[in-house]
Amino acid sequence: MTASRTPPRGEWVQHLQKIRDHRDQAAFAEVFQHFAPRVKSFLMKSGASDTLAEEAMQEALAAVWQKAHLFDPSRASPATWIFTIARNRKIDALRKQNRPEPEDLPWGPEAEPDQTDVLALAQETRKLAQAMAELPQKQRELIEQAYYGDLSHSEIAAQTGLPLGTIKSRLRLALDRLRHRMK
Amino acid sequence: MTQINHHLSEELLIAYSAGTLPEAFNLVVATHISLCDTCRAALDAQDAVGGALLDESPDAVVGDDAYAKTLALIADQNTTPVQHPRISDGVLPSPLQEYVGGDIDAIRWKSAGLGVQQAILKTSKDAKVRLLRIPAGAAVPDHGHRGTELTLVLQGAFRDEADRFGRGDLEVANEDVEHMPVAEVGEDCICLAATDAPLKFNSLVPRLAQSFLRI
Repeated sequence: MTASRTPPRGEWVQHLQKIRDHRDQAAFAEVFQHFAPRVKSFLMKSGASDTLAEEAMQEALAAVWQKAHLFDPSRASPATWIFTIARNRKIDALRKQNRPEPEDLPWGPEAEPDQTDVLALAQETRKLAQAMAELPQKQRELIEQAYYGDLSHSEIAAQTGLPLGTIKSRLRLALDRLRHRMK
Repeated sequence: MTQINHHLSEELLIAYSAGTLPEAFNLVVATHISLCDTCRAALDAQDAVGGALLDESPDAVVGDDAYAKTLALIADQNTTPVQHPRISDGVLPSPLQEYVGGDIDAIRWKSAGLGVQQAILKTSKDAKVRLLRIPAGAAVPDHGHRGTELTLVLQGAFRDEADRFGRGDLEVANEDVEHMPVAEVGEDCICLAATDAPLKFNSLVPRLAQSFLRI
């Protein structure tokens, strides 16, 4: 595959929406090119062999296509959404366990997300990535250890030093709005 | 949504987001989040941390045929029907109904002694999860914990020395907690309880019953 520019985060939202609405293969090819190597690297850091990671990565990216209609940009950035798919493949492939997921949110044609919420979440996501980049090395390592499965739940320290308060309030607001619309 | 006062700890949210909890704990977390938008938002925020890590992951070398193989997977799966959203209007939220095989009427209760009934749900062996039905006004035997115990109330309420727990409330008990929950009068209390180590009871009879109860 040829190297191409990386679109700004917001543009991946449009890519996923093109896949959802028009089954757009060109958009999918670009999503694949950006995320496939990252998903595979994430799976290998979580303990998968090269072969297993390659296989699970392909399944995860296929699920991105299949599940595009479930992507809600007011609740997750494209990277976050793809992370949740990759994580579930990891549990399935590496730990051979079922993963109980929370009940779905009410949805329907009215549930098309509020554009203000989408933009606000994109902004908060950028701020979070920035904050993570600025964390002291030691704290950063703790978060990576928790996510790559090197810590059990009782070893995880609550104080990761990450400022999640604002993004949490944003997401809560978006949920309230969604529930209100669906009443 | 009901008023929920006792929520998931940050440790549990991180571990659920990272995907490192035992299946039994995942079920309790997923069931609580189904009832609690505060924790749903907190989980979405925590997942954003995972998304940022993913986005910064260095590129691994993918196979030359990776894209073609992925398209083949998609073509294979194209017959899969679109799934309907899992939304429950019963007592048990959807993730729990999937383990029980239905709502509250489908639970296959077995006596656990002293009027308490239980139904053990099948999960991976690294932790255990069961439904408990405690008669209104009755006490659960006094016990301490070796590992972590999560108790989520689904119907009715219980009180222990410290607090009241109603529908949707989650109690996280660790080794230093010894408590004697009592179900409130009025309605039987139904809870979902997960442990990653056997409970230790403080008197002889429950200790003898423990192997029988499989808790």
